[in-house]
Amino acid sequence: MKLGTSAIIGGTLFALAIFVGLFAPWLAHTDPVMGANLMNAEEPPSWTWWFGTDAQGRDIYSRVVHGARISLTVGIVSQLVNSVIGVTLGLTAGYWGGWWDDVVNGLTNLMLAIPSLIFALAIMAVLGPGLTSLLIALGLTNWSFTCRIARASTLSLKSQGYVQAARVLGYGDLRIMITQLLPNMVGPIIVIGTLGMGGAVLAEASLSFLGLGIRPPYPSWGSMLSEARDQITTAPWLSVFPGLAIFLTVLGLNLLGDGLRDVLDPQSRSRRA
Amino acid sequence: MTAAPLIEVEDLRIDLDDGARHVAAVEGVSFRIDRGETFGLVGESGCGKSITALALIGLLRRPLSVAAGAIRFEGREIQGLSAAEQRALRGNRIAMIFQEPMTALNPVSPVGRQIAEMFVLHKGKSWREANQLAVEALANVRVPAPERRVKDYPHQLSGGMRQRVMIAIALACDPDLLIADEPTTALDVTVQAEIIELMRNLCAERGTAILMISHDLGLVANVCRRVGVMYAGRIVEERGSDDIFRACAHPYTQGLVDSLPRLGSRAALGRSRLREIAGVVPAIADFPSGCRFNPRCAQATEICRTTAPETTWLGAGGLVRCHHHA
Repeated sequence: MKLGTSAIIGGTLFALAIFVGLFAPWLAHTDPVMGANLMNAEEPPSWTWWFGTDAQGRDIYSRVVHGARISLTVGIVSQLVNSVIGVTLGLTAGYWGGWWDDVVNGLTNLMLAIPSLIFALAIMAVLGPGLTSLLIALGLTNWSFTCRIARASTLSLKSQGYVQAARVLGYGDLRIMITQLLPNMVGPIIVIGTLGMGGAVLAEASLSFLGLGIRPPYPSWGSMLSEARDQITTAPWLSVFPGLAIFLTVLGLNLLGDGLRDVLDPQSRSRRA
Repeated sequence: MTAAPLIEVEDLRIDLDDGARHVAAVEGVSFRIDRGETFGLVGESGCGKSITALALIGLLRRPLSVAAGAIRFEGREIQGLSAAEQRALRGNRIAMIFQEPMTALNPVSPVGRQIAEMFVLHKGKSWREANQLAVEALANVRVPAPERRVKDYPHQLSGGMRQRVMIAIALACDPDLLIADEPTTALDVTVQAEIIELMRNLCAERGTAILMISHDLGLVANVCRRVGVMYAGRIVEERGSDDIFRACAHPYTQGLVDSLPRLGSRAALGRSRLREIAGVVPAIADFPSGCRFNPRCAQATEICRTTAPETTWLGAGGLVRCHHHA
């Protein structure tokens, strides 16, 4: 299996983010919430304070490291929810067709017509801020692309000989979907999922920035940016480092998604063999 | 044989209805296959042989549908079975192998798993047992080193090997009837002979009946005891395969026989051209009236153009539909 450069760079960045998130308590220098000390307020980056400190004297480095946990949890979990919803709807719609297909198509078009961030905002407004409502809001609003891809793949796979053969051999609908269709569309679904994860990290940041996601004092990259807004001229490191963390994570996920697309392409798969 | 036939098709009519037009793609097709018997359907592309096979396993999909007639498997009407009952027949009692071994196997699943799935699905075996049985099934179709081959993916196998795997899947549950739809068309000639031999031996051992569908009269006559010749949605002649070369009665069959190259004949030595049947098969939408073969038939007369010929019974269970049969 030959991985492209973008898959390697993207994978490394993403793996790094995961590593940081998993080992945050050991990597952080101070407690991200309670480690405030006004004596150290607004220190610029130095050997003691790698990323500087904020107005309360909390270590930005420790907060960025802990923020990775929240951002990645939101990114991964909400995209998983999206993928499950999208694949279930798209696969069944493409396979059965008829009125169910019309319903799913209508729903997908509806979801695509409403800006997903606005929709997520509305859900957050109802559910209130917090991690759980953030997961629900983002998990319910971004499945339309996955759904489209799953439906399109199903439509083209349905006429393949082996799907027809499975029907002739007495497979039931569910068994055909799980054993014949799903494994053959996993590639594009993973690619879309990876790209969507980057989108979810961004969406989390946006919602937190708007004050509807993770509430201060808990560190998420978006809420840190939001707090740093007033000091962007006086203490730019407050915005730069969480911004950089978002940038690198999303870049990593996008590169990984692109790289995986090349690897998981069925054409290149048969060439490798 | 006096017992009830394994499968009996009676006056089958299959309609094509896509809203704009409503035509009979297959009409008045009747045949029966007894247990362990071999029956072949021969005809050009588009004559309705493959959709007849699909009708047998209850898998016609819109715009095609069975409009009239009966298909009985062991005396039970297939059309009357529930979807679940039909599924329990398919793959279990009636199995099918296809023209394209390249595409009929799931590319992302090891072949052993695809064979094992049949045992899990129809015989209620556990995966552990099923995997064991899959190795045996692969050994039965003479695949070397089956315990290693079960882990292979379809793209790692040659065309002949894949068709062997397809046969292993089809025969996994010891079906009563094997439908082989152009099973060797995509293979080269030497592999074709091996596959046919294998299929014939395995079915003979197990007493599995074969319905073989092909455009190749020589191949079908070689494998099957009886042959039905289809033209434009109708069976025009049905004979024992020995008789079909010696004394075929329908001009279309005669045309097919004449167009087969023969070893040692003048044609094979290059001294005369191989004969062909003039013209092409009419499209479903404009089948001619009367005998459907009349525009291409050298013996056609006025009655052929106006009246569809009735079935004439010949000796030894043969039948022909022609006003001028020999």
